[in-house]
Amino acid sequence: MWNWNCDGPMRVNDQEPEDKQRTLAIAVVGNPNVGKTTLFNALTGLAHVTGNYPGVTVERKVGALQLNGTAADLVDLPGTYSLAARSPDEMIVVDVLLGQQEGETPVDAVLAVVDATNLDRNLYLVSQLRELGKPLVVALNMIDLARRRGIAIDVSRLSKDLGAQVVPVCAYKREGVEELKRELLRATRGPAPSGGGPDYPPALVAEAGALETTLNAQDARRKLGREVPFLEVFRLLIDRDGYAEHRLEEEMNGGLRPLLDEHRERVTPNGSLAAIEARSRYAWIRNVVAAGVRKPATPVTTVSDRLDSVLTHRVFGTFIFAGIMATVFQAIFAWASPLMDGIDTACGAMGEWAGGLLPEGPLQSLVVDGVFGGVGSVLVFLPQILILMLFIALLEDCGYMARAAFLMDRLLSRCGLSGQSFIPMLSSFACAIPGIMATRTISNRRDRFTTILVAPLMSCSARLPVYTLLITAFIPETHYLGGLVGLRGLTLLALYALGILVAVPVAWLLKKTLLRGETPPFLLELPSYKLPQWRTVGRKVYVQGLEFLRRAGTIIFAIAVLVWALAYFPHSDAITEDYAAQRAAIESGQLTGEERDSALEELNRKENGEHLQNSLFGRMGHWVEPVVRPLGWDWRIGMAAIASFPAREVVIATLGTTFFLGSDVDESSDSLKQVLHAAEWPDGRPLFTAPVALSLIVFFALCCQCGATLAIIRRETQSFRWPLFTFAYMTLLAYLGAFLVYQTTTLLGWGGPAA
Amino acid sequence: MLTLSSLKPGEGGVVSALHGGGAVHQRLQEMGVIEGAAVEVVRIAPFGDPIEILVQGYHLSLRKAEAALVELEL
Repeated sequence: MWNWNCDGPMRVNDQEPEDKQRTLAIAVVGNPNVGKTTLFNALTGLAHVTGNYPGVTVERKVGALQLNGTAADLVDLPGTYSLAARSPDEMIVVDVLLGQQEGETPVDAVLAVVDATNLDRNLYLVSQLRELGKPLVVALNMIDLARRRGIAIDVSRLSKDLGAQVVPVCAYKREGVEELKRELLRATRGPAPSGGGPDYPPALVAEAGALETTLNAQDARRKLGREVPFLEVFRLLIDRDGYAEHRLEEEMNGGLRPLLDEHRERVTPNGSLAAIEARSRYAWIRNVVAAGVRKPATPVTTVSDRLDSVLTHRVFGTFIFAGIMATVFQAIFAWASPLMDGIDTACGAMGEWAGGLLPEGPLQSLVVDGVFGGVGSVLVFLPQILILMLFIALLEDCGYMARAAFLMDRLLSRCGLSGQSFIPMLSSFACAIPGIMATRTISNRRDRFTTILVAPLMSCSARLPVYTLLITAFIPETHYLGGLVGLRGLTLLALYALGILVAVPVAWLLKKTLLRGETPPFLLELPSYKLPQWRTVGRKVYVQGLEFLRRAGTIIFAIAVLVWALAYFPHSDAITEDYAAQRAAIESGQLTGEERDSALEELNRKENGEHLQNSLFGRMGHWVEPVVRPLGWDWRIGMAAIASFPAREVVIATLGTTFFLGSDVDESSDSLKQVLHAAEWPDGRPLFTAPVALSLIVFFALCCQCGATLAIIRRETQSFRWPLFTFAYMTLLAYLGAFLVYQTTTLLGWGGPAA
Repeated sequence: MLTLSSLKPGEGGVVSALHGGGAVHQRLQEMGVIEGAAVEVVRIAPFGDPIEILVQGYHLSLRKAEAALVELEL
């Protein structure tokens, strides 16, 4: 039966009073690890709009909710401990709250999410939010856990002292959510908190007031074209070298620093303003907590503490960490592969089917090789991304991620990174794409970019087929230590080690040059462990997967089509006609059955090969021959290397096509190995010797022949500069590495025919 | 001078001064490592750095280089 109830909401809307027309904007702010996202999801359901703030890689998330019939947009801001902005995340928080973020409407109210089990530190941010001049509501999250730990909170007393309504909630059980909505609506119609805040020294208050007057004086204001709100003035004064100072300095074209220093000097001649602020706020917090919170005399030993005595234990902790990492690695390396093979086969089959519907020619080739081949090359990464993101979301949500960084920090800090880079780096051994996406958990921008730039040096699974082919074809099967260790295995191990050994100095250099700056403080909260929330985890995995398909997909797809065009055009009609004639000759000739089929197949391969040689790629191969000669390569190897730009493993198919075998070969193909062994220079010397094979392997270990990786770097860094830089430096390293290996091994006399 | 970086797990003290400047200095104080705050070293990471401390009722991890800026009295 037709459901007439679908008209229901419309009628309700019609009856709404007029003053509810405008959509309210409410910002959600809080420290990291307070369950902000879970509460955001509980308030807004699953309909979110996600994106990026312009020019930065800070995720923008907005969800709609109804406050008793009034529409409101909830803006989920990045987790932060303070409004003294120093990182891009913190800058966004401050800009949105002050109504200075481009494209964002000024917020009507602020929802502060705090952890009820740790009010002392959480109230620091609240003390700053009180001073925004916006209505404020405080959600006291994890109230159940606080009760279990014997912490009693007098909500009405706390509300009075904070000057903002406090609502106890339990986000994952969705308790208190309705009351929170009511208070939010009431707050948007009420005043901002006033009076009763921290007691700042009179000199600080006086100087902030004087600075506010100066900056908002008529001539200064005309020059600036905007008002400087008090909170910004406060940050300008206190945060020496902070974000507020840098931005206003730029807006004013200089002259700000001496003015600020003059005022700072008057507050405290050589002391620290930051210390004054922190002491004043914490003194206020101590009073507020003393009045409104009763804690047990002896803090209870929590489950979390007991877990940590094992999970971050010197010995057990390290072993458990290694076990977890091995599982993650195994999952993205091995568990994903059946799914990946399935996607690959399905795309291939669909391509063939679509190709069958089209007449032979450029359109058919574009659909089969460009579109379906291109879509397939994007889709195959999806299982790995989903699996890795699932692990990361689980580890993050339960609180283990911070412990992993704690355990591994020492190793990575030596090359200028931090413990937070470990999981992205490890993941990159399976595939750099999920690895690079995983760098979002790194809080410092320079650390994050450095990790992104070196992640593709880790030997990913796409390199394995190339390694396998060339090692089994050209490295003799010699065994040492009574058969325990084989030369081939050692070579493979050396290639994995090569990536790591090269990444260390590269990361170090990047941190000293392009990404240099003050060493970021490694102040990492180790939050209490909690059970992961399937909603939060599921949502994270879903959003990441979808975003990968939507945003990276378009770039990867464009690259795939471009590469197809380079390998296809100019499609010489002369060659096609020539082969058509030969094919006709065979078909009408003496051969029958299998012999005829194999002759036709052979002819097809030759035709493909000739077209490829004649294509733009083929011509590029000839141009680059002088360049690749010092690596021991001829133009055919050079062309295969160039044509493998979309993905390294393509080089196998390209070598096959180039050496007249057709593209239907894989790394285990014995015939390809034989053909490579038989390949010769024009003067009859064998082409593939051990030095040539080694130089080719080393080139592929270090190069960035992976269009998808470059596309993902472009997306994660929001700039074309970094993917171009990555491609350039890795290609240079690959060339130098291949050159050194070829020249040294040749000098050592390994240049005889390979075994 | 006794600093936070020289303590062993289980040992603690009260912050008497914070040295250094800039972002580290400010961030430490925002996170609650201020003059007069009680701190205790909970454990040291397997490779000897960073350390985990208990301050303002929560667990914070920081590097020894940062802990060396925190002067204590017992």
